Amino acid sequence: MNREDFPMLEQDIVYFDNGATTLKPKCVIDKTVEYYSKYGASSHRGDYDIAYRVDQEYENTRDLVRKFINAKHLEEIIFTAGSTESLNLVTSGFFKNLLEPGDEVLLTKSEHASNVLPWFALANTNGIKISYIPLDDNHYVTLDNVKKMVTPNTKVISLAYITNVIGDIRPIKEIVEFAHQNNIFVVVDAAQSIGHIKTDVQDLDIDFLTFSAHKMCGPTGVGVLYGKKELLENVEPMLLGGGMNESFDNEHEMYYKELPTRLEAGTPNIAGVIAFGEAIKYLETIGLETIATYEKKLRKYLVDRLITIPHIDLINLESDSGIVSFNIENIFSQDIAYYLNKYGICVRAGNHCAKILKKEVGVNNTIRVSLYFYNTIEEVDMLVELLMDKDKILKEML
Amino acid sequence: MDENVRREILLDHYQNPKNKENVEDERYIKVNSNNESCIDNLDIYVLIENGIINDIKFQGEACAISTSSTSIMITNLLGKTIEEAKEYIANFDAMVNEQEYKEEVLNEGIVYNEIYKQGNRKKCALLPYIGIKKILKDYESK
Repeated sequence: MNREDFPMLEQDIVYFDNGATTLKPKCVIDKTVEYYSKYGASSHRGDYDIAYRVDQEYENTRDLVRKFINAKHLEEIIFTAGSTESLNLVTSGFFKNLLEPGDEVLLTKSEHASNVLPWFALANTNGIKISYIPLDDNHYVTLDNVKKMVTPNTKVISLAYITNVIGDIRPIKEIVEFAHQNNIFVVVDAAQSIGHIKTDVQDLDIDFLTFSAHKMCGPTGVGVLYGKKELLENVEPMLLGGGMNESFDNEHEMYYKELPTRLEAGTPNIAGVIAFGEAIKYLETIGLETIATYEKKLRKYLVDRLITIPHIDLINLESDSGIVSFNIENIFSQDIAYYLNKYGICVRAGNHCAKILKKEVGVNNTIRVSLYFYNTIEEVDMLVELLMDKDKILKEML
Repeated sequence: MDENVRREILLDHYQNPKNKENVEDERYIKVNSNNESCIDNLDIYVLIENGIINDIKFQGEACAISTSSTSIMITNLLGKTIEEAKEYIANFDAMVNEQEYKEEVLNEGIVYNEIYKQGNRKKCALLPYIGIKKILKDYESK
């Protein structure tokens, strides 16, 4: 669908690495250029016309994000550099002040590094305990397994909505409901889900949600931290400096602004945020439901063909997202990626930043194909044809 | 070099790498060679006695180019003095980086003489050399 909107697709490539970053439609690229060529002033300086326009465009994106995830208040949307920064902001700015020795945080072994390492750091500074919700045979999280792991000391559950290797969609609503009955906060890393399935933070009742613009057709270097207003009020800024302060005289007298500005120190990625607004509008025009349905259909087509190939070992047979991870018998995943590259096919090989997953799944590295709405049946056919002949792979991978 | 011959040598060292064995001998110096931009991860064990490289073994998971390059490197370094090893390594480096080199010292290492054409695979061929250079440097500074 909509391939003509993506300048990158004018090249002879098959782009299957959407879990890493998505391609950008022309409207997003144009908007970036528009900012730099028509009103390239700084934000929060309303004294001249073009600066006023900057603020309007910048805040307009905030409202687009708010509507996109159905947040209640505009100030619940904090712009960051990406999902990683968002997760670090919530862990170091909120949970670091809250958690005490012996408090427990529940993660899973399939989380991305950015939802693991900030918690490891808190284990070192705050003495919290990290436990892992066991994954079932499909490497899924179930509510039952969450319930089994919760103890009176559990204070936080921090999970990806969709994981980046297995691609499972977690039952977030049920988990949040149970967590809140037990006074547990829930942090949701939506990096892999945000551009693929609808997120309604009020319906899901999520406490904190993090995501990146570049995984949803937006520019790199822009992300969002959503938090319930009453919680965000208590998030301490990770960065202090311009823009976020109201006044200061000496070390005893410094006053910060209100949300969201308080958490957005320094000149932001203005072009990126403004262009991100276009990405949201673009995705909404297509419709997230249309995207999800299309991806699911395409994934099924790919999986149905891959399972007929005897030398392919599928890691995640079942999964509702567009992520397919697999290996080819006795060939290192990176060699497959190089081989496919010779035909212009871009896939990811490796552990995909989920380094504690390997023991759970039993393999260190995989090839990952992550689909998006602009991928086609023809592209999938091309991939499958190239993977069918193992002798050809061995001959051409070098 | 004939492409089929090249492929045969590379595949043979990949599928049947030489000296890929575990080492639990404290006389060996161990080094990990990994590359942040790829997923290859190799442990290399070297036994140097009286300035001679008497043994090298390796372990780990790596792509065809890294694995074969390690196997070929080891084959070529066994029995060499530190100086001879350094000469081999310098020539290999030069070849991969498109500089002048002496073909005659490289033996089978010559199969990588066109790897520069695949920029993203140069680092794979050079991976084991990162580790071995570290070991030689440490040995010499002792």
